[in-house]
Amino acid sequence: MGEKRAQTHVASTRWRSALDEGQQSGVEAVPGPNSRPSLAVREAGSVVADGLVVVVKRSCPTCQLVVPVLDELARGSEPLAVYSQDDTTFVAGAIDDTDLEVSFDLDIDTVPTLLRVEAGKVSARTVGWLRPEWEELTGVRPLGATLPEWRPGCGSRTQDPEVQDARLVVAMTPRLRARRVELGKAEDEIEAMYARGWSDGLPLVPPTAERVARMLAGTTREPGDVVAVVPPDLVECTVEKVAINAVMAGCRPDYLPVVLTAVEAACTDEFNIHGVLATTWFAGPLVIVNGPIARAIGMNSGVNALGQGNRANATIGRALQLVVRNVGGGRPGEVDRATLGQPGKYTFCFAEDEAGSPWEPLHVERGLTRETSAVTLFAAEGVRGVVDQLARTPEELARSFAACLRTVAHPKNVIVWDAVLVVSPEHARVFREGGWSKARLREELGTLLQIPGAEIVRGAGGIAEGMPEGFREFTLPKFRDGGLQIVHAGGGAGLFSAIIGGWASGAVGSEPVTQEVMT
Amino acid sequence: MTPTTLLDPTSERDPTTRERTARPASLEGKVVGLLNISKPRGDVFLDRIEELLTQRGMQVERYSKPTFTKPAPADLRHEIASKCDVVIEALAD
Repeated sequence: MGEKRAQTHVASTRWRSALDEGQQSGVEAVPGPNSRPSLAVREAGSVVADGLVVVVKRSCPTCQLVVPVLDELARGSEPLAVYSQDDTTFVAGAIDDTDLEVSFDLDIDTVPTLLRVEAGKVSARTVGWLRPEWEELTGVRPLGATLPEWRPGCGSRTQDPEVQDARLVVAMTPRLRARRVELGKAEDEIEAMYARGWSDGLPLVPPTAERVARMLAGTTREPGDVVAVVPPDLVECTVEKVAINAVMAGCRPDYLPVVLTAVEAACTDEFNIHGVLATTWFAGPLVIVNGPIARAIGMNSGVNALGQGNRANATIGRALQLVVRNVGGGRPGEVDRATLGQPGKYTFCFAEDEAGSPWEPLHVERGLTRETSAVTLFAAEGVRGVVDQLARTPEELARSFAACLRTVAHPKNVIVWDAVLVVSPEHARVFREGGWSKARLREELGTLLQIPGAEIVRGAGGIAEGMPEGFREFTLPKFRDGGLQIVHAGGGAGLFSAIIGGWASGAVGSEPVTQEVMT
Repeated sequence: MTPTTLLDPTSERDPTTRERTARPASLEGKVVGLLNISKPRGDVFLDRIEELLTQRGMQVERYSKPTFTKPAPADLRHEIASKCDVVIEALAD
C-alpha cells in the first residue's frame, strides 16, 4: 500500500515544504541532488521556457532512436530544450538534468516525453515515439520519416526506487527533531544501544536518520504530530518518536500506521497502559489486527499465528512496548512491577483469520465495518492451550471451552478477569457445521459459566482463595458482560484452541479498546 | 569509519531532582492522611491505623483512590497535600 502513496507524497508538498522548513529552522539540509531551494517556489511547468521540451535518457533505446528527430526539431523555428537524465553528450545541445529537478517538476514518468510549454504551463505532452502524435504536437510534418511509426518509451529515472528513496531521505531528514546521539568511532552500534538502556533485551536496529525518514514514509501524518501521552511519565509522544522506536523494533514502513494506532489505543484511559505496566500481574498489551491492512502488510493469522517467525506480528507488538519503555519511561523493576511477567511482553501481536472464519471478525463485532482496518488492544497474560480432539458437536466443544475458561486466573475467581478465546480452524469447523453463530457460542458459554457462589467463596473446596463470603447465596458469571472476546486464527491442522487470560477488567483496570487504523 | 549518529528514541526529558520533605520528629499535632489505594483489604489495615492514631489524639483524614490501577487523580493529590502533614498509603491484597 505504501509505495504509490509515498511517491506522490514526496514528489509533491512534503518534499518542498521540507526544504522550506529546513532552511527556516536553521537545520542544515543534507546536500543532495534535489536540495536546490529555488525549486521550492516553482510551480509545475514553470521551470522551463516556453516552446518544445523533450526529456530523454541515453540508456533508453527509444531516446537514441529519436536523436535525428531532435536534431530536425532543433533546426526548426520553434525553441527546443532537450533535457537528459543521464548523459548530455548523446544529443547535441542537451541540458543536464542528472539531478532530475526538471524531470520531477514536469512530472515525467516515461522517456522520451515531448511537451509543449505555453505561458509557463504544459499545454500538451506525448510519451514514447508515436509519429502522428509528435507531428501533431510539433506541427512539423513529416517528422522522422526514416523512423518506425511507433516505439514505446522507457521508465523515467524519477521512477527508480533508489531515486525515490534518496529524495525521501533528503526531504525528511532536516525535519526530524529528535536529539542526535553521536556514537564514538570505536563504539559498536548494538552495544551502544544496550548501554543507553533502549533495548528490551534483544538487539535493536540502529535508528539512523535515513531509516527513520524511510519509516515516516509509511504514514501521511506529520512527524511532529502528537500521537498520545504515554505513561508512566505522561510524555507527549510524536509520530517521529514512534517511528524511531518502530525502526529499532525492526518494523517496515508500511507497519507504521498499525504501530501508531496501537500506541494511541494503548494510551487511552480505558485501556490504561499505566496500570497494565505497573501491575504485579502478568499483563502486557496484546494487539489483535483486523481488516485489509493485516493482509496488505503480510501479517500471520494462520499456522503459528501466536508464535514467532512473522516480521509484522513480531515487530508491531515490540514497537509498542519500546514506545512504552523509551518514551513513557516504563521499565521492568521500575514502574513495571510484574512478579513474573510473561514472554508476550516482548511482543504480542497477531491478525485474525477473517477469510476462514465462520463468524464476523472482532472489529465488526465491535462496531466497525469489515473493510475498515483496526487494532484491538487487550491486557493479556500468556497463552494457554485447550485440547478437545473428540468433540464433534458444538454443545460438546462449548463444554470443553467453558471448563478451561473457568480456570482463567483461578477457578474460584469470577467477573474480575477478562479473556480472549482464540478458536482454531478445526474447532471453528465444528461450530460452522453445527450452525452456531459467535453470539450463540458466547451465550452458551455464558450459561455454562454460571457458577454457584458456594463453590467459589473463600475456603470452599479447601482452597482459601475465592470470592467474599457474601457471594455464597448467589450464582455468578465467570465473565462480566463484554469480558470474553472470541477470535478465529491458527493453522488448518490441530483440534486445539487458545485462551489468553486478561487482567483486572473494565473501569477498575483495563477495557479492551478497538481503534481504526488511519494511514 | 564515520561515526554513526542515531536518533534518540526516548522522551529526552531531563527530570528535576527534588529534595524529600523532611520527616517530622514526632506526629504530635500533625494531620495524618490515610490513603486507601482501593486494593482488597486495604481498609482493614487503615481502619486499625486510624484507631491507633486517634487513641493517641491525632487528627486523621481518610482518602481513597478510585482504582488501584491508575495514578491518584491530581485533585486528590492536591487535597491530601494541602490538608495533611504526613500520609500513610495502604497497598494491600
